[in-house]
Amino acid sequence: MQMPEPDRDVLARRSEIVAALREIVPGEGVIADERGMKPYESDGLTAYRTLPMIVVLPETVEQVAAVLKYCHANGVKVVPRGSGTSLSGGALPLADGVLLGLGKFNRILDIDFDNRTVTAQPGVTNLGITTAVQHEGFYYAPDPSSQIACSIGGNVAENSGGVHCLKYGLTTNNILGLEIVTVEGEVMRLGGKHLDSEGYDLMGLLTGSEGLLAVVTEVTVRILKKPASLRALLLGFPTSEEAGACVAAIIGAGIIPGGMEMMDNPAINAAEDFVNAGYPRDAGALLIVELDGPEVEVDTLIDRVREIAEANGSTNLRVSESEEERNAFWAGRKAAFPAVGRISPDYMCMDGTIPRRQLPEILTRMTRMSEKYGLRVANVFHAGDGNLHPLILFDANQPGELDRAEAFGADILKACVELGGVLTGEHGVGVEKRDLMPEMFSEIDLNQQMRVKCAWDPKGLLNPGKVFPTLHRCAELGRMHVHRGQLPFPDIPRF
Amino acid sequence: MADTFKPETPEQVRDAIAWAVSEEAPLEIVARATKRAIGRPMQTANTLDLSGLSGIGLYEAEELICQAGPGTPLADIEAVLKAQNQRLAFEPMDLGVLLGGGEGRQSIAGVFACNLAGPRRIKDGAARDHLLGFTAVTGRGEIVKSGGRVVKNVTGYDLSKLVCGSWGTLAALTDLTFKVLPAPETETTVLLHGLDDAMAATAMIAAMGSAHDVSSAAHLPAGIAAGGVSGGATVLRVEGFAPSVVARVDALKSELARFGAGIATLDGEASRALWRDLRDARPLAEPRDRAVWKLSVAPTAGPEVMVAIRNAVPEAACFYDWAGGLVWLGVPPGGDAQAGIVRAAVDRVGGHATLIRAAPEVRASVDSFHPQPGPVAALAKRVKESFDPKGVLNPGRMTAGV
Ligand SMILES: Cc1cc2nc3c(=O)[nH]c(=O)nc-3n(C[C@H](O)[C@H](O)[C@H](O)COP(=O)(O)OP(=O)(O)OC[C@H]3O[C@@H](n4cnc5c(N)ncnc54)[C@H](O)[C@@H]3O)c2cc1C
Repeated sequence: MQMPEPDRDVLARRSEIVAALREIVPGEGVIADERGMKPYESDGLTAYRTLPMIVVLPETVEQVAAVLKYCHANGVKVVPRGSGTSLSGGALPLADGVLLGLGKFNRILDIDFDNRTVTAQPGVTNLGITTAVQHEGFYYAPDPSSQIACSIGGNVAENSGGVHCLKYGLTTNNILGLEIVTVEGEVMRLGGKHLDSEGYDLMGLLTGSEGLLAVVTEVTVRILKKPASLRALLLGFPTSEEAGACVAAIIGAGIIPGGMEMMDNPAINAAEDFVNAGYPRDAGALLIVELDGPEVEVDTLIDRVREIAEANGSTNLRVSESEEERNAFWAGRKAAFPAVGRISPDYMCMDGTIPRRQLPEILTRMTRMSEKYGLRVANVFHAGDGNLHPLILFDANQPGELDRAEAFGADILKACVELGGVLTGEHGVGVEKRDLMPEMFSEIDLNQQMRVKCAWDPKGLLNPGKVFPTLHRCAELGRMHVHRGQLPFPDIPRF
Repeated sequence: MADTFKPETPEQVRDAIAWAVSEEAPLEIVARATKRAIGRPMQTANTLDLSGLSGIGLYEAEELICQAGPGTPLADIEAVLKAQNQRLAFEPMDLGVLLGGGEGRQSIAGVFACNLAGPRRIKDGAARDHLLGFTAVTGRGEIVKSGGRVVKNVTGYDLSKLVCGSWGTLAALTDLTFKVLPAPETETTVLLHGLDDAMAATAMIAAMGSAHDVSSAAHLPAGIAAGGVSGGATVLRVEGFAPSVVARVDALKSELARFGAGIATLDGEASRALWRDLRDARPLAEPRDRAVWKLSVAPTAGPEVMVAIRNAVPEAACFYDWAGGLVWLGVPPGGDAQAGIVRAAVDRVGGHATLIRAAPEVRASVDSFHPQPGPVAALAKRVKESFDPKGVLNPGRMTAGV
């Protein structure tokens, strides 16, 4: 994986830049020694590591604005970072760049139960929002598995999802307002506590932009009242075909469960070895279907789903009768990543999406790829929306295995696109899938996206080297061939 | 020479736009042309009519997706979805009621390009929350696609959000893929009679903050009737599986008893008719010359904004949707349609006011869309230029000079 060549001129000015940044962020807010910067050298995609030129940890919006203004004026690149849990390398530092950590922005600024909103600084953790409002029975719906650690600012940058987003939506569907700072150091507010945008939906554009358009310094989210009741079904099936058909039948019956997760046989066994959740080891696929809402509704739907599962060949069927049992159903799924981590020295978590009915096909292809590359794979899916998380097992200490694992992963993602899906469902493109972008988009498509980037960051200083496989100058992208007076009047029906 | 191009393929759309660029001859972009009376009147000589790109290409009920050409009538899509017990959850409003020119005629591209929604917006989101992907021709005369046909997708920028609410100023849509959802088994509306605006707001906030999954909350002040319900009613919609609706309606009634209002319920078609009228702002449709504004503010701020407006404009008529956060406001015609007063009241609490209906001469001098702070407006202008550098697509429709 190739990153942009570090700018020697900027590196030569390093001590001058450090001094200037110390003027803006005093004390320990600027880290320039190798040991101090080490913890920031990678995010959740630990296969890639780079020591940044300087780490800056501002505490106020004014400092963020001043840092950006300085970097912009002096041609210094900036990589924003929340909690560093990105699985796609979005927060991977640049050797000639400032790593702008937002961890000190950790305060909740406003809780408004009447309007059902929370306004938080970007470094507040995803779970921190729910923790702040649960005493009144409220919660924040998007729940990435990393929620104890990942920041709400990072969630906005990645448009993160979670187990419950089938019913409650992704980050983009649950935020109302942002305060942002542009690369030029301009502070702006988008949205607020009201709905819909007054002009172009810049907040929607920013969500999922992976830190390439602006730095988020404040987020207003919508909170919801906790459902009165929650129950889950644990359903074993001989094969993933039957499990897939059951998922389709549940949705076909007009039921949108709060969560609907699937695991394949290797994942079931890894989880069972790890937490003893009571999963059927011989099942080809396991479904966890969670229903939430008023008690009568949940009880009615549990019965309906049970009937659908039986009609679709479920061989193992349990319904939670207590909170304890419901949590036990989830224990294995929630521990799936560490469980796989136990049976293999290393693993890589992929994140493609497919149209749901292609599930058997992609699994067949993955089995073939697994044989080809000589590496094992275990699968957990967000079954309701076709978002796959294949976990590729490998040993980085064996020569060539990391390369093989990466090639395997790329093949899976290409297959997702071929089957009508996409490269990434929730983890982002970052550096990991950057070079696969042309599998999904033409050059024209990518150029248009880069032009949008130019509207925000004409010098290309904010998180460059991520998302787009090739870098173009904005002037070049903006150029347009105009055939002044040369095009014939179009030959199109008219009146 | 005023021409209307009516392309039948995306390539023809591209040719027409490329020609417009080469001649510097801006185009008005229409699909079924039902919303021409909104926004700044334009000076375009030629029109690009997308109604020839019409039809449902793909509908997979179990995958919860549907794909259609821009000119496809919304009514056709809704009928096909209904046959499978599905719907567009965001409940797109029909502006034909306010603007005239017939109801039930709008296109799917118009629904998304104008980011329309209805009373269910507070629970299920707006059009922008349901567009999964699109193909369009930019003002550079290039066919671009963005997004995909699956719900979980963060590959590249979410340009779907940008085209929703861009009113045809960024690109001419040639294909749309959107999310559909199951329709509820049944619905019931709980009515509270006799609350004033402030009390109604409190009741709506209590309902929305309950665990009873209320999907819409509106208030009709005295004198404003809708769907057979007379004024002075606060209405709360509960939808879903039959046993659940019954239980939630009961729970809601006892929870709201403390407001001391007379409580009644409306079921099935009566409930649907009420929400259809609220969705389309029918209570303000007459008299036809009244100017109509759509205000979006925080729910608790709705009544406060109206107090300020009524102080200056005693004839103002209104009703509230979105639990108080959407104010449909009618004011006497003429002048600046009270833009100064309305926008000052909204700016005090944060939000925006859009002029939905006014005479062309009013719309020529008053910003129909809420003016944005300088830096945001400058950024929006650069975003526009990234799609349409020569300004050939609906120039000036949203903002003068953009
Ligand atoms: C064990 C594990 C489980 C996970 N499960 C899920 C899951 O279920 N669903 C899911 O969607 N993701 C999941 N993730 C991925 C990750 O947690 C999310 O992408 C998360 O939103 C990243 O947040 P962060 O604060 O760690 O951001 P970082 O990793 O610090 O940064 C991520 C990106 O956001 C940018 N960024 C961060 N903060 C800001 C800001 N304030 N302004 C502008 N840009 C910013 C960075 O530049 C970078 O591009 C998981 C990760 C791990 C390690």
